[in-house]
Amino acid sequence: MKDYLIDYSLHLADNALILGQRNAEWCGHGPVLEQDIAITNISLDLVGQARNFYQYAAERINQSAGQPVHPATEDSLAYLRTEREFKNCLLVEQPNGDWAQTILRQFFFSNYLFLLYQELQKSNDSQLAAIAEKALKEVTYHLRWSSEWVIRLGDGTAESHQRMLNAIDELWRYTGELFNAADYEKEAGADPSLFQPQWLSKVKEVFNEATLPVPEQTFMQSGGKTGIHTEHLGYILTELQYVQRTYPDSQW
Amino acid sequence: MNFIRKFYYGDIPDQKGSDEIKDAKNPLSGGRGAGHDWPLWEVFIRSKQGLDHKHAGSLHAADAQMAIENARDVYTRRMEGVSIWVVESKYIHASSPDEAASLYEPANDKVYRHPTFYDLPDEVNHM
Repeated sequence: MKDYLIDYSLHLADNALILGQRNAEWCGHGPVLEQDIAITNISLDLVGQARNFYQYAAERINQSAGQPVHPATEDSLAYLRTEREFKNCLLVEQPNGDWAQTILRQFFFSNYLFLLYQELQKSNDSQLAAIAEKALKEVTYHLRWSSEWVIRLGDGTAESHQRMLNAIDELWRYTGELFNAADYEKEAGADPSLFQPQWLSKVKEVFNEATLPVPEQTFMQSGGKTGIHTEHLGYILTELQYVQRTYPDSQW
Repeated sequence: MNFIRKFYYGDIPDQKGSDEIKDAKNPLSGGRGAGHDWPLWEVFIRSKQGLDHKHAGSLHAADAQMAIENARDVYTRRMEGVSIWVVESKYIHASSPDEAASLYEPANDKVYRHPTFYDLPDEVNHM
C-alpha cells in the first residue's frame, strides 16, 4: 500500500523550502535594512518548517524501505531530488520581482498556510499535527506582516499602487492551484478546497483596505503539486543544490 | 563611469533605458537612500516580566506599527524580549553635553549621598 504521507510531507516541505530560498535571495538587498532582516527572518522560519517535514518524510521513507543501506535524510531530500520530483506549488517558485511582488506572494501563501496548518493541527497523524502547531505561530506573524505591507503599498503612492496591480496580474493565476487537491492531499492531508472561501474572504478584506481590486475568475495555472513546474524551479535548484552536487557529502 | 553594472535579485530595474535606476526616496527601489525619509525611532525592550524596558537601539520606520514590527525582527530574534516600546526619536529631549559641568559635577563631593556609611549586620546579604 502506498504511503501517501511521504508525498504529502514532501509537498509541505518543498513549499516551505522553495519559498524560503526565494525570500533568502533578498538577503543583503532588501529595500531598507529593517525589511531585509524581516524577509530573511521569514525565510529562516520557512526553512525550519521545511526541515521538520523533510525529517518526517525521511523517517517514513526509510521505514517503508526497511531501513536501507543509504537511508534518506533531510539533506538528501532537499539537495538530491530533481525538478520533477519537487511537489511545491507554482506560486512559491515565482521570481521575487520587485518588493510588491515578493510581498504579494508572501501574503497569498501565508494566508494559505495559516488556514492549512490550522486544519493540519487536527490531523490523525500526531507528527504532522505537532509540526503544524509549532509552525502556526510563525505563520500567524508572516500573515500579519505581509497583510500590512499589502495595505501599505496598495493604499500608498500612485507608484506603489501600480506596482501592486502589476504583482496581482503576475501572481493571481498561480493561486488556483493551491486549492486543487493532489492525490496525496486527498489521501493523507487536509482538503484545501474546504478553506478556499476563508482564503478568498481574507484576500477581499485586505485588498479592500488596500484599495486594490480582487480579480475576476480567470484561467489558473497548475501542475507544481505533481512535479510539472514553471521554468523558474530549475534555476532555483541549480543554485540551492550546487554545493552538494559539486562536493558530494562534504562536511562543514 | 560604470561600464558594467551588476544587478542582484531585488535590484533589477523594471524599465529599460532608465538612467535613474535607484530612486532614493522610494523604498521599493532598493536604492541606497531608501528609507531615509522615514523617521527614526528609539526602541525599548523589556527582557522579562517585572524588569524595566531598556533602550535597545534605533531604527527607521514609516509608522509606529511598522516600528514595532521592525523592532521585533531586528532586536528580539534571540528571545531578548517580552515587550516592546517605540518612540519617535524627535520626541526625546536630551540634556546638553555643554551643561555637564553644572548638571553633574556638584554631586562629586557629596559622597554622603551614597548609602555607604552604615554598618551592616553580617546576616544581611546582597547589599
